[in-house]
Amino acid sequence: MGGEQMERALFDYCLRLGDNCLVLGHRVSEWCGHAPVLEEDIALANVALDLIGQTRMWLDLAGTLEGQGRDADKLAYLRDANAFRNLLLVEQPNGDFAQTLVRQLFFDLWHDLVLEALQRSKDARVAEIAEKASKEVTYHLVRSRDLSIRLGDGSEESRRRMQAAVDELWIFTGEMLTPDALDKDLAAAGIGADLEKIAPLWDERIDRILEDATLTRPEAGWMREGGKAGRHSEQLGFILAEMQFLQRAYPGAAW
Amino acid sequence: MTAAAPRPDPGTIWSWLAEVPDPEIPVISLVDLGIIRDVTWQGDSLEVTVTPTYSGCPATAVINLEIEQALRAHGIEKLTLKRQLSPAWTTRWISRAGREKLKAYGIAPPEEGSLCAGQLAAEAHAVDCPRCGSSETERISQFGSTPCKASYRCRDCLEPFDYFKPF
Repeated sequence: MGGEQMERALFDYCLRLGDNCLVLGHRVSEWCGHAPVLEEDIALANVALDLIGQTRMWLDLAGTLEGQGRDADKLAYLRDANAFRNLLLVEQPNGDFAQTLVRQLFFDLWHDLVLEALQRSKDARVAEIAEKASKEVTYHLVRSRDLSIRLGDGSEESRRRMQAAVDELWIFTGEMLTPDALDKDLAAAGIGADLEKIAPLWDERIDRILEDATLTRPEAGWMREGGKAGRHSEQLGFILAEMQFLQRAYPGAAW
Repeated sequence: MTAAAPRPDPGTIWSWLAEVPDPEIPVISLVDLGIIRDVTWQGDSLEVTVTPTYSGCPATAVINLEIEQALRAHGIEKLTLKRQLSPAWTTRWISRAGREKLKAYGIAPPEEGSLCAGQLAAEAHAVDCPRCGSSETERISQFGSTPCKASYRCRDCLEPFDYFKPF
């Protein structure tokens, strides 16, 4: 792959990383003022804030790589759904608290492993963002793991809801762990994370958490995918309609 | 021909920055917090290297503004702020004086070596209550009023308190 092609590939890769953080950060922020207890409300707002901060770093780098004068704000607010590259998992609705938590657990486990690998990226810009974000994500994962175990191994009602969420969201985990051509190219170049190495680690860790949480791992089956290529569920459009409203209605509005 | 503006030495500039309070926790300075990484002259322009604490911390913009205002008040006209991500900020960089000031203010300073990046399995250390000194405390939540703090409660004096979490 030539230098220019590599820049283009890395632009797409940064969009994936940034869009995951942006869309999940937006989803999680929807809980602000609505969470079941005050401590969880604060924790969710903090996680959302970290994710939005990480979004800025990835999308700013994407804009620099693209060289067309688009910064993080332009990329966040002025793209349509099919130009977003986030995983389908992160755009799924909050549902009940169990669905929000299981979505976060699946993502945090993956995010932690990917950022750990990206700290060794041959691209120094990628490595330094990963180094920064990784510290924050460790705290996210500790929370989602501990809370999943408490609610899974909790009351009959909390366990039932957690198992239902695991069963419902499992179908979105394949996309996170299965490399496509872009993932493979960047992993081969030593710039991106190698999902073939990450997948078994994710499997092993999720199994341990599910066991501690007295939850059952769903049977292997068909997986939904498409987010990384811009084919999204109908959910993303609703998120963007709200998130992008101001910039669409008042183009160029600034603080 | 105009005379070159006097260039204060970096030590003097560090002492000025040591008086700029953190906007969220005003009892400690930006230097105590360890986020000022370097102060150098590039010709007649001053370059201050700043590293963010948390990537989404809303105080970052205010911090940059306060650095600029403080230095301009001391007569520095040409300056640039450089953001540095790596090495990533760590609470290990909070000065000893900063830790004492946090404690006196009612925020338990970070217990280094306990839970932080890459140490997922590490157990949280006992955190002493900054009010009564008791070690009989419990964590309410890993997250708190700002990204850098966790919420704790003292089982002896029964007061809730903030803990500056290791990072």
